[in-house]
Amino acid sequence: MSEKLISKIPEGPLEQKWTKRKSEIHLVSPNNKRKLEIIVVGTGLGGASAAASLGELGYNVKIFCISDSPRRAHSIAAQGGINAAKNYQNDNDSVYRLFYDTIKGGDYRAREANVYRLAEVSASIIDQCVAQGIPFAREYGGYLANRSFGGVQVSRTFYARGQTGQQLLLGAYASLNKEIAAGTVKAYPRHEMLDLVIINGEAKGIIARNLVTGQLERFGAHAVVIATGGYGNTYFLSTNAMNSNGSAAMQCYRKGAFFGNPCFAQIHPTCIPVHGDQQCKLTLMSESLRNDGRIWVPKKKEDVEKLRNHTIKASQIPEEDRDYYLERRYPAFGNLVPRDVASRAAKERCDAGFGVNETGKAVFLDFSEAINRLGHQKVAERYGNLFEMYEKITASSPWEEPMMIYPAIHYTMGGIWVDYDLMTTIPGLYAIGEANFSDHGGNRLGASALMQGLADGYFVLPVTIGDYLSKKFAEPKTDVNAKEFNDAEKAVQERIDRLFAINGKETVDSIHKKLGNIMWDYVGMARDEEGLKKAISEIKDLKKHFYENVKVPGSQFEFNQELEKALRLEDFFEIGELMARDALNRSESCGGHFRIENQTDEGEAKRDDKNFMYVSAWEYMGHDVDPKLHKEPLKYEFIEVKTRNYKD
Amino acid sequence: MEFNLKIWRQKNAKTKGHFETYHISGIEEDASFLEMLDILNEQLIREGCDPVAVERGCQSSGPVSFDHDCREGICGACSLFIDGRAHGPDDHVTTCQLFMRHFKNGATITVEPWRSAGFPVIKDLVVDRTAFDKILQAGGFISVRTGAAQDANNILIPHDRAEESMDAAACVGCGACVATCKNGSAMLFVAARVSSLALLPQGRPEAKRRAKAMVAKMDELGFGNCTNTRACELECPKGITVAHIARLNREFLKAKFSD
Repeated sequence: MSEKLISKIPEGPLEQKWTKRKSEIHLVSPNNKRKLEIIVVGTGLGGASAAASLGELGYNVKIFCISDSPRRAHSIAAQGGINAAKNYQNDNDSVYRLFYDTIKGGDYRAREANVYRLAEVSASIIDQCVAQGIPFAREYGGYLANRSFGGVQVSRTFYARGQTGQQLLLGAYASLNKEIAAGTVKAYPRHEMLDLVIINGEAKGIIARNLVTGQLERFGAHAVVIATGGYGNTYFLSTNAMNSNGSAAMQCYRKGAFFGNPCFAQIHPTCIPVHGDQQCKLTLMSESLRNDGRIWVPKKKEDVEKLRNHTIKASQIPEEDRDYYLERRYPAFGNLVPRDVASRAAKERCDAGFGVNETGKAVFLDFSEAINRLGHQKVAERYGNLFEMYEKITASSPWEEPMMIYPAIHYTMGGIWVDYDLMTTIPGLYAIGEANFSDHGGNRLGASALMQGLADGYFVLPVTIGDYLSKKFAEPKTDVNAKEFNDAEKAVQERIDRLFAINGKETVDSIHKKLGNIMWDYVGMARDEEGLKKAISEIKDLKKHFYENVKVPGSQFEFNQELEKALRLEDFFEIGELMARDALNRSESCGGHFRIENQTDEGEAKRDDKNFMYVSAWEYMGHDVDPKLHKEPLKYEFIEVKTRNYKD
Repeated sequence: MEFNLKIWRQKNAKTKGHFETYHISGIEEDASFLEMLDILNEQLIREGCDPVAVERGCQSSGPVSFDHDCREGICGACSLFIDGRAHGPDDHVTTCQLFMRHFKNGATITVEPWRSAGFPVIKDLVVDRTAFDKILQAGGFISVRTGAAQDANNILIPHDRAEESMDAAACVGCGACVATCKNGSAMLFVAARVSSLALLPQGRPEAKRRAKAMVAKMDELGFGNCTNTRACELECPKGITVAHIARLNREFLKAKFSD
């Protein structure tokens, strides 16, 4: 194990670790906090909640986002809900059970201590959000309502219609606005981080491009927090927002931050299928739909044929000719199995020739039984806006015909490696939310991303960062005219000049699409050694092709979306290759990572705990040099490691 | 399908803008409006400039800039005025949820940015909406630290009231209400936030102060007054109604009376 990979997990019983760590952390007095500056990059749930909390504590915070307002961050699109161990339904839920479900859901590839802390602070998140005035769904008696999500057998998900992410983000954004008004936080919208600046081995600032003027600007601080989300857009087609990218994470990686478990990407089972080659974005249909929707394909191939040439409708296929394959394969969890399991099962049926649309890549999500059982009004209340959204996109009404869905890239569990304090291998550099690797192991459970973003931002980082900053308050403000800033800015300028100089004939998107195809074909739902090796070499070739043929129009010193995309694509090449490399190394199946070579006779994922019970942490070794793998062993002291079973 | 696109081009905030016309073909019926613009941009980058546009005196060789992000109607980034309507000719959608099947094959489609004193153009179809952030910074929040709050179920909120608050909280901050209002008023946007919080016990203590501060900021930033034409309600992609403006007015009057 590398000496840099010190996880700093506190000693002692699981349920006392966080309390113990908090009591050890040095505090910074209010007069000293005023002297300290923190940069937060990204304004999603993690970034906005962290910046607001740090501002409340009295630090000087600068917050950056690429969009025109912090409120646009992609957390806003999360639909279904947020988990919390409140046990409001009195269904025997507890902090331990949420912890256990999350570890199991992650296929035993996450740290026990981190996940326990996540479950522990989850209840406070709901308290805080309600106090901020977030209109969560309520029962008629005025109490908070809950629903169930995949991979669990209790009802612990809090929600605000199908717009939970929006409401939570607007709550964090409101707290952020409060701090902006108070002067503790300064916001830099339409600014994109293009490099991390390191002085004497510590993170001291960033180079950012003002996206309106095109100028490169320098910002210094005593610590830098990365909250820029995941890298799902490596695949071009994903449920991520168009501008979501992994560039900030890659800049940190190239400056020495280790990258954890890059191959763990989540493929969400319920997305609207691809409709043609003009598409640039896939739309997710919330997992909450699986509470009442039943997933099926026809049992008979002749029905499949008729569906494909539109001679029958789904609703005309009689009950006995339908294969509710999740209920058949996983009787204990049925349609509410975790996402990785549901996605693979859909792929299995479609590969076997039962896909229900022209492309053969779709299955049904059917509400007819729920509509009969609950009535139109109840179903409308629960899913009305999702039904509407589906109809707008597909021009087909879920009230009459079942939805068609297919898996798509949705979330990345991997990310920048962090210790228990959420600090990366670079002192003074922190990573929170989806941008870090820490809490979800090989697969994230539904309604847990929002929980983790807010746990990191409201309750963990604001505490742990004090430990580092308590040693820094005597240091003067970072000098942005230092040599390190000059060098970093020069390197960014050279990168930009190089892109304009290529002046080829192909657009950024057309090359990104090719990268997406390589990723989906070889680093997608099913991976094998041969394909992964092919992916690595094809990505290298494509990267070379990019540097010879891309066309970036316009100039640097203007609002230039093509330049933004080109810079991000450079980083997607690097991530894609790293993902393939990590997937190649991990010759086991676990969570969202399925190696064809490693499966049971029934086609279920086969983990290899003996050889792979570790976090892979990749170290950048230089341009065009193979990265170096470090391993952080995972120790399970408090729970028994088992084979995941959703059958009984 | 094929279309003629008459699109507003403007280099930056300081230069004068103009319309340019482009021809585009091979568009699938199921493509979204923004996917159609993506395809146009691919074409513009590849060919340098569309021949039809050159004939009509096109100077620009660059792709068309427009704001967009989530493409599922929730981030509020997209902001186009299409054929004279905010977010185009479909109801209760943002531009990214508009599909080409709503247009006639061969039609000429006019695309403009939001036009309002409060939203200056940055480039082409991209406008600066930071005024909305400033209005919210004037008071669109609960002003206490909420990190150590009481148990969430200690605050009981009747189902219907929570739902009504949620109706208003659904605002995505896109600015369609301002763009469509003949006075360029931001009343529906302000009302959505004021009303959502005023309906909840957590928001009550500061309801009056909030209404006053946010309205004052809206006026200061150059947005117009509300004359109850209800155009905003028609074009709001989230169906937020003017009932919330009525609630804002009530809060505002109460605040004025207690001054």
